[in-house]
Amino acid sequence: MTLLKAKILSPSQSDAILLWILRGLALSTGIIVVLIVVFLLLEAWPLLQRVGWWRFVSDRSWHPAEGLYNLMPMLWGSLLVTLGSVLLAAPLGIGSAIFCQYYAPPLVARVYRRLIELLAGIPSVVYGFWGLVVLVPLINQVHPPGTSLLAGIAILTLMILPTIALTAEASFAEVPAEYIQGAAALGISRWGTISKVVLTAAKSGLLTGLILGTGRAIGETMAVLMVCGNVVQTPASLFDPFRTLTANIALEMAYATGNHRAALFVSGLLLMVAIAILVAAAEGIEKVKSFSS
Amino acid sequence: MGDRAKIDNPLPSIIIWAIALFVTAAFCWILGDLLWHGVGKLSWAFLTTAPQNAGRDGGIGPILVSTCLILGVCMAVSLPLGISTAMLLAEFTNDESWFGRLVRRSLDVLAGVPSIVFGLFGNAFFAVKLGLGFSILSGGLTLACMVLPILIRSTEAGLRAVPADYRLGAAALGLSRTTTLWKLLLPAATPGLIVGLVLGIGRAIAETAALIFTSGYVDRMPESLLDSGRSLSVHIFDLSMNVAGGDSSAYASALVLSVLLLLVNGIATWTAQFWLARRITP
Repeated sequence: MTLLKAKILSPSQSDAILLWILRGLALSTGIIVVLIVVFLLLEAWPLLQRVGWWRFVSDRSWHPAEGLYNLMPMLWGSLLVTLGSVLLAAPLGIGSAIFCQYYAPPLVARVYRRLIELLAGIPSVVYGFWGLVVLVPLINQVHPPGTSLLAGIAILTLMILPTIALTAEASFAEVPAEYIQGAAALGISRWGTISKVVLTAAKSGLLTGLILGTGRAIGETMAVLMVCGNVVQTPASLFDPFRTLTANIALEMAYATGNHRAALFVSGLLLMVAIAILVAAAEGIEKVKSFSS
Repeated sequence: MGDRAKIDNPLPSIIIWAIALFVTAAFCWILGDLLWHGVGKLSWAFLTTAPQNAGRDGGIGPILVSTCLILGVCMAVSLPLGISTAMLLAEFTNDESWFGRLVRRSLDVLAGVPSIVFGLFGNAFFAVKLGLGFSILSGGLTLACMVLPILIRSTEAGLRAVPADYRLGAAALGLSRTTTLWKLLLPAATPGLIVGLVLGIGRAIAETAALIFTSGYVDRMPESLLDSGRSLSVHIFDLSMNVAGGDSSAYASALVLSVLLLLVNGIATWTAQFWLARRITP
């Protein structure tokens, strides 16, 4: 396609000017990414050089004013709440997609799909607010204080469910109709077709959706900030309050200076690394998929 | 193999229907709760007057103005950047070239960066390094970086959906590529652009974390773009976390924000469907 364009359309002078303008503007888009990484590094570097990476794992606690920088409780908090919500949202999201594609009558499927899209459109601060005024008091009745790992997992599950459901549905739609017709011809039941044929064929798409959801969960700030209690500790049970890396930045950035501020930029870098790993994983899946088809 | 027993197994159907019911119930609970507690406080006066007593009383007038200004800055910066990047990627770049790959990879990462990290960057670069301070300008510029990937992807998809015949026909008529792009391809790709624009606006209105340390908390009416201005989402956050007794105002603000977003997303979906329908029956 591009080859065709390049060979057939001979450039004139105005084209050359346009091309350079476009290149300049596109380059500034690329530069923004570089700038983000550079500025995170610049702000974090003095501290990293002075105390090294290891202190962020090995210090006794997170008291940046006293030079103690242990990020591990927050890291565990982020990982646990992400893991919990992905584990819950995966069956719910994929189940929703199966419902839309294979179980629901056409009208119900249309309404349900619109509902999932609406769910995807609710902003995170509204989810957080709802969690704070509705879920947290409910959990508080079962086991105080209410702001807890459980509340965080519940809210994040609702937030990433639409991402997983919509990507799952898109990948179900890509399963060749012949597979399903073939399964029907063999007399395989509806659930048999879904579990053995459709889910297998759509595997890579489902995985990409899960990765997208994981990225969204690990980077979410406002909702977890509002329902998780923000106590710096590794949660030992579902009812313990805790703090995530993202919430830590949002809470302390307002008054942090010097090394404390630098430590927050280190946690920003950590988040960037996590996202880069997820993007690379998603790309790897795409590659495997294009080889196999 | 015992497969015969599986044929009539009702369990999966029950589970799938239960999941659908559960999700529907959760959705109705959230929206119902917002409506139930929020509608009472909602009025024209609430939308236009200034907040009083830290937001417990009064309305959200200045906050809506700040939100619009932040949005305006964001779109004024990200639209030209986004559209030209998309044009370059779709029309002038070989997908396999290092430049195309580099820009595309950068966009993938940019799309995944958590919003709080955009906040850190915006604070360090726009607010401190460029000396803009906590201002509507800092906030808008930070959001512009955030919505770029969305804008670029939709515009690029729109351009790629324009049939190759258009380009060949234009070339056969001896049109320059600049003319082809402005007069032919861009108008044909407008629906993709609109979808991107609307989705970008949606993401920008919903954003909170990236704005706390860039556009700030001040809830007065902004006098210039260099004033700090509180966005609607930050207002909800502040009312529910830092202001005791602010729940009823927070409910009403959350309702306003949700309705705005549902409208924006509705427009995006509708445009996309309209566009698809038009493409199938040319």
